Amino acid sequence: MEFVETTSDKGVVIAPQGKFNLVNAPTVKARIDELVSGGASRIVIDLSGVSFIDSSGLGALIGSLKSARQARGDVRIASPGEQVRAVLRLTNLDRILAPYETVEDASRGW
Amino acid sequence: MRDAVTLAKSGTAQGIGAFRLAMIRLVAVLTLLTGTTYVIWRWGWSLNLDFWWISVPLVVAETYALLDGALFAITVWRIKVRGPAPPPAPDATVDVFITTYNEPIDVVESTARAAKAIRWTHQTWILDDGDRPEMKAVADQLGVGYLTRSSDWQGKSRHAKAGNLNNALFQTTGEFLLILDADQIPDPEILERMLGWFEDEDVAIVQSPQWFTNVEESDPLGSQAPLFYGPVQQGKDGWNAAFFCGSNAVLRREALMQLGIVGYVRETERTVRHALVVSRQVLGRAQRSVGRDGDPVVRAALAGLRGSAADALARIDAGEPVQSVSWDFQQAVDATSRSMVSADLAAIRADLAEMGELSTLDETGEDPTDEEAVRRLADPQWSPLAAVERVSTLIRTVDVDRSQEALPVMPVSSLSVTEDMETCMLLHSQGWKSVYHHEILARGLAPEDLGTMLKQRLRWAQGTMQVLLKRNPLTLRGLQLGQRFSYFATMWSYLTGFAALAFLSAPILYLTMGVTPVKAWGSTFLAFFVPYFVLNQLLFALVGYGTKTWRGQQYTLALFPIWIRAMTTAAANVWFGRPLDFSVTEKRRVASARFPVRLIWPQLAFMAAMVLAVLAGVLHLVVPEADQFALGEPPTLWGVGINVVWVLYSLVVLSVIVKAALYRPSTSVPANSEKEQ
Repeated sequence: MEFVETTSDKGVVIAPQGKFNLVNAPTVKARIDELVSGGASRIVIDLSGVSFIDSSGLGALIGSLKSARQARGDVRIASPGEQVRAVLRLTNLDRILAPYETVEDASRGW
Repeated sequence: MRDAVTLAKSGTAQGIGAFRLAMIRLVAVLTLLTGTTYVIWRWGWSLNLDFWWISVPLVVAETYALLDGALFAITVWRIKVRGPAPPPAPDATVDVFITTYNEPIDVVESTARAAKAIRWTHQTWILDDGDRPEMKAVADQLGVGYLTRSSDWQGKSRHAKAGNLNNALFQTTGEFLLILDADQIPDPEILERMLGWFEDEDVAIVQSPQWFTNVEESDPLGSQAPLFYGPVQQGKDGWNAAFFCGSNAVLRREALMQLGIVGYVRETERTVRHALVVSRQVLGRAQRSVGRDGDPVVRAALAGLRGSAADALARIDAGEPVQSVSWDFQQAVDATSRSMVSADLAAIRADLAEMGELSTLDETGEDPTDEEAVRRLADPQWSPLAAVERVSTLIRTVDVDRSQEALPVMPVSSLSVTEDMETCMLLHSQGWKSVYHHEILARGLAPEDLGTMLKQRLRWAQGTMQVLLKRNPLTLRGLQLGQRFSYFATMWSYLTGFAALAFLSAPILYLTMGVTPVKAWGSTFLAFFVPYFVLNQLLFALVGYGTKTWRGQQYTLALFPIWIRAMTTAAANVWFGRPLDFSVTEKRRVASARFPVRLIWPQLAFMAAMVLAVLAGVLHLVVPEADQFALGEPPTLWGVGINVVWVLYSLVVLSVIVKAALYRPSTSVPANSEKEQ
C-alpha cells in the first residue's frame, strides 16, 4: 500500500492513500509496529487520502494504538473523509478513537 | 450411509412441498391445542395434592414439555429449503482454516490435503494450537500455511478455539473463511457450492451439515444429527437464525471484524470506566491514611490526582472519546508520581519496601477486567506513593489497548465454551444474516466411545447454558423475535434433564406405593392425553419424514444426567465463577473393555427400579394383601395398565444407553479411508 511518511519533532505522520482495507491495512500496521519498536511512538495517521476503510482497517488502527500505548506513546487519527467517519460512527469506534480535524490538532501538546 | 448423502443432496434440488408444509402447520396447531387442553386439565382438575411432592413436579414437567413443543412448532413453522446457491463472485478470496489442538497428525494431514485440493482460489492454513514441530513439517511438505499463536499471547488467556481463530484472523487477508475441524475432510466443490450465498451482502455465515463417516448404520452413539442438520436448521433458517456450528461453515471476514470492533468498544469503555472508579477509591483511601497533618505536598498531589480521576469519569460519561481521556489521566498520574518523588525521599524508601512485598497487578494473575479482582486491589490502605503507583499500573493495564488481552479486537466471541453459537447470535444481533446450506460437503469423524461422546454432549450443553445465562437471547438488543425464539428454543430444550426426573419417577412411585400424581387414571385421562401424544408423535414424524429421528429422541431422554450436570455446572460457572472442567473432545476412542457403569449409573438405576416397579404393580393386582404397603389408594387395573405402558416406553427409550455402553467399533482403521466417491 502507498503511504506518505513525514517525521517531525512532534512525532511521525503517516498518510495512507486509497483503500485502507483487509488487503492494505496490514502494511501500514507493520510499518507502525516498526516505528514504535524503533522508539517513535507518537504517531498521527492522516486519513485524508483514504477513500474507503473496512473493519480490518479499523482493526489495524486499534492494533497500532495498542503498540504505541504499550511504548507509552499514542496513535491518533486525523481528517477522515465521509466514508471513514460513517464507519467510525457505525461501529461506535468514535467512542474510543475520535478523529481530530487536522494533523496539527492531533499532535497538539506533543 | 450413502442413502443419507443422496437424500441430503436431493434435498437442495427441490423446495419443501406446499402440501407437506401445510400439513406440518396443521398438525402443529392441533398438537398445541390438544396439549394446552391437556395441561389445563392437569393443573385445574386432576392434580392430586395429597402427593403434591410428586404431582406438582410432574405437572411442571408436563408444562415444560408443552412449551418445548410450542418452540419446536415455531421453529418448523417456516421451514426453508433452499436450492443451489447463486454463482459466486469469481474474484472472492478465501482462507481455509483447519483448527487443531491434539488430533493425530495423519488426521489433520488428510484434511489439509483435501483442503488444498478445493477448486477455488484459496490459501489453506493449519491452525495448530498444539504448536507441534511435526505438524509444521507436514504443513511445509504439503505446501499449506501453518499458524501458531503469536508472541502477543504469551502469558495471556488463550480463549481455546476462539483464540486460535482470532489469532489466525489477524495473520491472513481472505475475504471469506472456511472453518474446518481437524477431521472434517472437505469436498473439492465445497466453496463453489457455498460461496454464492454471500452475493447477498448481509450474509455473514453459511453453514453446511456435519456428517460422520465412522458411524455405523444403526448409529449407537447418536452421532449423526439428521433432525438438526435438516428440518431444525432449515426451520431456524426460515427465521434468519440458522446456527453456526463451528465447522463446515464459511464466514465473512468483514462481519466478524465488525463484531470484534463493536465488542472492543463496549469492553474498553466498560473496563476503563471501572478502572477509573477504582483509582478514585484507592486515592481516597490514601488521602485518609495521610490525614490532615500529613505532608502538604503529598496531600495536594493526592487530592489533585483524585480530582483528575473524577474529571476523567465525568468526561467519559459526557461522551468524550476514551482515548484522549485516558491519555490525559495517564499524564496526570505520571506528573503526580514525579512531584511526589521529589517531595519526600524518606517516605519513598518506606514505600518502596512496601511495594517490594506487594506483587504488581500483572503478577497477581488476577484478571483486571474481573470487577471483583479489581475491587480487592482497592481494599488495603496504601501508602501515598504505593497508591499512585497502583493507580498507574491499573490505568495502563486497563487501557484502550486492552493489554490484559492478547488481542485488543476479538472477532470470534469467547464468553462460553461454544464460541460458534455465541458468535452467531452476536452477528445476528448486529443485523447480519445466516444461511443453512443443506448439502453434505465435508465428512468427519465422530467420537467412538461412550465416555468421549458424553463429554462432547456435556460441553455443548454447558456452552449453550453459559450463553443463555450471560447473553439472554430474549433480551439481547438487536435480535428479531423469530431469532429470539430460535436461540431460546435450543437453550430451553436442555432443561429437559429436570423434566425427565419427574417423568421417570412418577410411574415407579405409583406402581410400587400407589402414590398417584393424577386424581384418576382412566378414560378421562386417556381422552385428554392420547390425542395430544399421538399428534405430537405425528408432528415429529412429518417434520422428520425421510430422516432417522428415533436415535435423537432416545438420547434426549437418555442423557438426562448429562443435561442436569450441564445446567448445574454452567450456573455455578456463570454465577459463582467455578470452572466447568472443560476438556477437548477426543476424536479417537480410548480403548476400554469394561462396561462403563460409572458413566451411566443414574440411567441404570432408573431402569432397574422401573423393572421392579412393573413387578410390584402386577403384584398389587394379583395379591390384594399387598395393598397394605400402598401409601395412597390401592393401584387399580387402569392405573397399573397405563403406568406399565409408560414404563415400558421409557425402558425402550433408555435402552439406547446400554447399547451405547456395549458398543465397540468394528474396525480400528480411521474411518476417513472409506470415504465415499
